[in-house]
Amino acid sequence: MNTAHKPKARYGMVIDLDRCNGCGGCAAACAVENNVPPAAPKASDRTGLTWMRIYRAENGRSFPENRTAFFPISCQHCGAHTPCVSVCPQNAVDINPETGVVSQIPPRCLGCRYCMTACPFHARYFNWSDPEWPRDMENALNPDVSVRMRGVVEKCNFCHSRWQAAVAKAAANGKREIDPADYVPACVEACPTEAIAFGNLDDPRSEVSRQSRAPNAFRLLAKLGTDPKVYYRSDRDWVRRMGDTDVAYESEASRG
Amino acid sequence: MDKGLIRRGIRRCSTGQFLAWLTPWVAMLGFGVLAIGLCLVKGLNQTNMDNRFAFGLWIFLDLTIIALGAGAFFTGFLLYILRREELRAVINSAVVIGFICYSGAILVLMVDVGQPLRAWFTFWHPNVHSMLTEVTFCITCYLTVLAIEYAPIMLKNRQLRKVPSFLVFEFELHKVMPVFAAVGTFLSFFHQGSLGGLYGVLHGRPFAYREGFAIWPSTFFLFILSAIATGPAFVLLTTWMVSKVARKELVRKNVYSLLAKISGWLLIVYVGFKSIDTLVWLNRTAPLSGVSPIRFYAWAPFDIWLLFVEIAGFGLLPALIFLSPARRRSVPWMIAGSLLACAGVATNRFVMTIQTLAVPTLKFEPFMLYYPSWQEVATFLFVVAYGVILYSLSFRYLTLFPQERDLQH
Repeated sequence: MNTAHKPKARYGMVIDLDRCNGCGGCAAACAVENNVPPAAPKASDRTGLTWMRIYRAENGRSFPENRTAFFPISCQHCGAHTPCVSVCPQNAVDINPETGVVSQIPPRCLGCRYCMTACPFHARYFNWSDPEWPRDMENALNPDVSVRMRGVVEKCNFCHSRWQAAVAKAAANGKREIDPADYVPACVEACPTEAIAFGNLDDPRSEVSRQSRAPNAFRLLAKLGTDPKVYYRSDRDWVRRMGDTDVAYESEASRG
Repeated sequence: MDKGLIRRGIRRCSTGQFLAWLTPWVAMLGFGVLAIGLCLVKGLNQTNMDNRFAFGLWIFLDLTIIALGAGAFFTGFLLYILRREELRAVINSAVVIGFICYSGAILVLMVDVGQPLRAWFTFWHPNVHSMLTEVTFCITCYLTVLAIEYAPIMLKNRQLRKVPSFLVFEFELHKVMPVFAAVGTFLSFFHQGSLGGLYGVLHGRPFAYREGFAIWPSTFFLFILSAIATGPAFVLLTTWMVSKVARKELVRKNVYSLLAKISGWLLIVYVGFKSIDTLVWLNRTAPLSGVSPIRFYAWAPFDIWLLFVEIAGFGLLPALIFLSPARRRSVPWMIAGSLLACAGVATNRFVMTIQTLAVPTLKFEPFMLYYPSWQEVATFLFVVAYGVILYSLSFRYLTLFPQERDLQH
């Protein structure tokens, strides 16, 4: 299925890996904003819900040449032949034509997990358990985001509720276009080193568009041809090579 | 006690012996019910699957038993469409096995999905681009066809035959059976193919992705071929196993030999295409995705030996056994060949399901493995027990092997 249609806007991110120190602030802000429940009892790093996940990569050398980089990875919002969209048997995954954002529809999801198998970025997460919040913490849930039930898949949607709020605000002011300052995902807002830029990639004046065209910008697994809308930047060669498709040697592999 | 239900002129063990045979299987069934209950009530945290191993033991075994169940439609196709009358000796058994395999697979799928009550959504708002949609439609329809094919076998029971309307219905069903055999063949070809397509279309997973013809990746055709090659071998194997348990001949030797010959020819064709496909994948498809394919096998548990075992050990070897007229005169050789062929289809489904997920895509992710939980194993044992019980009841009270009566005299 060719999903390469032209959306009105093409929201995307550029993450500067040379600025990222792996603090995890983006992941925490994401979880709070999107009502991602705390890890269930006995959940592991393989069964948790981490819409934004920080991976650690190493250059494979020994001390003192050893180097580390952190890769914050969320859904890459693929724009062409989007792997998860074409495989879902009941259209529970879609691309918003207004924004280019790949969206998940949990109330329609069967929980077959075929989309997770299809996603090369491991950016989709399954609710293996009932979501539960500690007592009183439910009062702190974000009222603009639905909580998900057990047995469905969920993932980053570039804080869709914030986009809806921005659209509503623009409409209230009689405008057709949103003010870019009104639509900033939680992870971007939370990053203490300002490593993440966000905006419309199709707007040549936007910071994100400028950064995505920088010579040190790259995308993960670009050869798979899925046209991800999340870019990464690094001046370090070995970090940029980490975006290649080639399967890692075990010794090189390290996991966050 | 149940003599009135058993076909005239057929020897069966006593009711007591039969109940003793069923007892362990019923216990296993109960164990499975417990595991299924836990999964349905507490959720899939009862399994050891995770976000990387989103598919696990269940999908691997579902694909395997669906492939083995292909013996039903393919025997039907050979008998009703190609008129291989010798296969009338095993068609009833093949239909029952097919029914067990498909209903068992659907049952496990219902536990495997996170929201089983939403299964009907696929019919309500289907994504016509998804191979899984096609699989869902065809498997559901084909299970209905299998139930229709099962009906006349049941209606032939000694007591049910006494109801005149059943007799008429059974007679009418027989007349249209070639139509159902044709429909079943069509449906089965497509869903066996689409099960292969499930993996072949995953262009985000270079280990699974295959180029193909039009919208179908090569795995679409390879899954059809491997299923129809193994189906007859599985019919052969189960017939032999039943005859060992029942301690009597159920079919004439020429039926075994014919099934082995069919399986052999199809296996050799499969091995040929599979080898070509593997070479194209290793030399063209994977490198185009930016992967040096040898890296797929850089991890000991899934070393390159698995590829050779799958194609040569479990593909070429049984094909050569089956194609040798001397070996086809020996039942032990044919059984060995059948076991190898069935192991081959299981290995292929294992590789496509488990190895695909074990191989990382991101460079900083490691190879991974997962071990199923006891709930996953017990859920599958439920299907095994259900299959044995349903088959045992069918064997005792229905005519699964028409030649049996002649052979015991």
